[in-house]
Amino acid sequence: MLKMIHGAAEAPYHLIAEAAFPVPFPSRLEYNSPAHGTWNIVHIGMLLPGSHQIYICTGNCNRGVVLTAAEMNASDRFSTITVKENNILEGDMEDLIIDGVTEILEKLPKKPPAVILFPSCVHRFMGCDIPMVYRILRSRYPEILFVEGYMDCILQKAGVTPDQRLRRELYSGLTKRLLNRKSVNIIGNTLRIDKEENELTELLRSAGCDLKQIADCKTFEEYLSMSESYLNLTLLPIGKMPAEVLEERLGMKHLYLPQCFGYEEIIGYLEILAEELGVPAIPYQERIQTCEEALKQAKTVIGNTPIAIDYTAIPRPLGLARLLLEHGFQVFRVYADSFIPEEEADFKWLQQHVPELEIYSTIHAAMRVMPREYEGKGTVDCKSADCGNKDGKNADCGKNKVLAIGQKAAYFTGTGYFVNMVEGGGLYGFSGICKMAELMTEAFLQEKDTEDLIKRKGLGCESCI
Amino acid sequence: MKQIARKISTYTADVSGVCSALYELGGMVVMHDPSGCNSTYNTHDEPRWYHMDSLIFISGLAEIDAIMGNDEKLIDDIVVAAKQLSPQFIALARTPIPMMNGTDFDAIAAVITKRTGIPAFYFATNGTHSYVYGAGIALEKIADYYVKGREDGKGKEDGKGTEDVTKSRFRVNLLGVTPLDFSVNGTVESMKAFLCEEGFDLISCMAMGSSLSDIARAAQADVNLVVSSVGLPAAKLLERKFGIPYVVGTPIGPFGQVIATSLRQAAESGKNEICCTKRPDSQNAQIAIVGEAVVSGSLAAAIYQEKKVTAKVICPLEAGKELFVPGDEQAEYEEELERLFQDVSVIVADPMYRPICSEKVRFYEMPHEAFSGRIYREEMLNLVCGLRWSQESN
Repeated sequence: MLKMIHGAAEAPYHLIAEAAFPVPFPSRLEYNSPAHGTWNIVHIGMLLPGSHQIYICTGNCNRGVVLTAAEMNASDRFSTITVKENNILEGDMEDLIIDGVTEILEKLPKKPPAVILFPSCVHRFMGCDIPMVYRILRSRYPEILFVEGYMDCILQKAGVTPDQRLRRELYSGLTKRLLNRKSVNIIGNTLRIDKEENELTELLRSAGCDLKQIADCKTFEEYLSMSESYLNLTLLPIGKMPAEVLEERLGMKHLYLPQCFGYEEIIGYLEILAEELGVPAIPYQERIQTCEEALKQAKTVIGNTPIAIDYTAIPRPLGLARLLLEHGFQVFRVYADSFIPEEEADFKWLQQHVPELEIYSTIHAAMRVMPREYEGKGTVDCKSADCGNKDGKNADCGKNKVLAIGQKAAYFTGTGYFVNMVEGGGLYGFSGICKMAELMTEAFLQEKDTEDLIKRKGLGCESCI
Repeated sequence: MKQIARKISTYTADVSGVCSALYELGGMVVMHDPSGCNSTYNTHDEPRWYHMDSLIFISGLAEIDAIMGNDEKLIDDIVVAAKQLSPQFIALARTPIPMMNGTDFDAIAAVITKRTGIPAFYFATNGTHSYVYGAGIALEKIADYYVKGREDGKGKEDGKGTEDVTKSRFRVNLLGVTPLDFSVNGTVESMKAFLCEEGFDLISCMAMGSSLSDIARAAQADVNLVVSSVGLPAAKLLERKFGIPYVVGTPIGPFGQVIATSLRQAAESGKNEICCTKRPDSQNAQIAIVGEAVVSGSLAAAIYQEKKVTAKVICPLEAGKELFVPGDEQAEYEEELERLFQDVSVIVADPMYRPICSEKVRFYEMPHEAFSGRIYREEMLNLVCGLRWSQESN
């Protein structure tokens, strides 16, 4: 239970009928909840096999990234150069970086194949000659790939964010090679797509294509072999930019086939891929039937339990809300501070069909003092025979039980029944829908230790806490 | 090269220090920063975040507003939030970019106060100092603004000096208390219990477990106990304004008796005492205690008191010279620390220092929230209750 120093404030939410799209809430002071499962630039950078990250920041900025690396037991792939006041005032920043990086590399037991440098906001504002820094370092260490990261959080709201930039630069080591039509990459994902479990990989298999993704690369050579792929697929909006850059730079074709939850849209993307690969289409109706059965089965267990979804679990929370509502689930709330443009059709559908759906901010200042519980206002009949508890005596099946999809939704509703997922969880296609139904059922039946799980950074990465 | 770190962590910085010090006082703290400070603070520097609310926010400074000097957005956002959340005060913490572009925080604070009627303060942090500085100036400001003189107007001379100092109940404030130095493992409660058992009345604890109204009564104290460097600026201020003497030291194990005696003497004499230096010079010490100056010095004193073994303090944080004895060292960077560690055979330090210690050295873990964050929180020691690992090791 949250110890309240302050009185509760008015909740920052809109009914979707009255909400603006794509930004329902104005930009104000921001609260940061303790749900930290999303990946940050340290986690993303560690995907580059054998790489060493070097951050050049003030102590305040270094603190967060140093401990991120330590918590994922990756401190040996991580160094810092601390910027002090005098460096800002005296204009010796370029020397500080060049000399610092050189010394770090000379003292490492073995030279890494790649180094990711992260200058920060201060370098941007003082006009530090970062290109010159890279020229000198590359001439000094021609055998090392220098990847141009940036921890310039000041671009978080406009321009290319540090996360987007790193996902783009992560592939800067790929080089022009003879393209292989039997090799396909997934670009921009941090979590691996399960090669066995979805229609996308099924189509690739039937075309005899090898699927490569950075999360599967164990060596730098494996990473470099992604250069051979003739086709890049992106499944997340944030993956588009890196794939577009690769298309322009290396001539690799790019198809954007985003994770989504509408049957027609899924079919459309799978048909695009089938046509590209020259293979027969998947028997969609069978798959849809499988989805329907999976959702029906989940509904039988979950009943009318209120469901909350947040945007960190999946890029399209509105699409998932729509799918679930169309199948009788009681989605009552979506936590999101903005929506991607692709959500507009689902937004409008929900406005029309479920106008009472609540849209809650996750960063609004008032969220700091919201009670972490759901003051249930719907009927929850999970004590009925179909709730999955045969004896109907499970005290957990109380009236205020909430099923959350995503860590922030779990935190804000104070539930231990949640799908612990970030960034789409690697789900895709009809199989992804079936998997989601399965995960929801599991989450409904098995309470989790919310605090222990959501405070860990980078879901899917190693964590020592 | 001094400023590189290949193996060790970095200390909590000044911005988080401000937030930590003010966390429980009912105010609203705004870090004027684009993004990262907030997450870093609540993830690695703040163990209370999950279970105790506090109005600590980030402004979300955007590049265009920084370049164009659009302070009105910051002011407006704070005013809107303040009107909704009614904090007791508003604190602004500066970060690197507002420092670089010369944001006029004094003016911003004045405008906010005018528009909301709520006191607003500004802290000249910039992310390059440690939490000792940030938390220190935060507590100093709170003491300056909220602590009022005694109603009887007598200052410290209210007759205590005429009583038998061994029996009377002196009143004391605990200064410099944040989870960054004392975690949330019961150490703070142990310090309060220690004072109670020694016959002191606790007026306020700056700043864990006390409200602003408790702190407003701080001038009623006969003496202040500074348990970390963080509390020293506030102690000096309270001495200047109200003539309250201070004692510097952490009541670690048997060393608590020394502190209790010093508190009584200081309350009686009005003279300050630096207890963490009540130990021999440490030039030839083979034991190094690494960390914040007051806690480390007090631990060294406690070890000497119990074992008659001399230990030196190696302090990587800001601290005045008066907190050290000859032979102690101040060193901030990995390279210099690694060199200093070669001169001793026993090191007592946060586990994240171990990678720069020789394999031959005997290493005793003393996790420090301000260095390793939450990684070793479960193993944090409550030294006030005694030198557990010291006894085990001997």
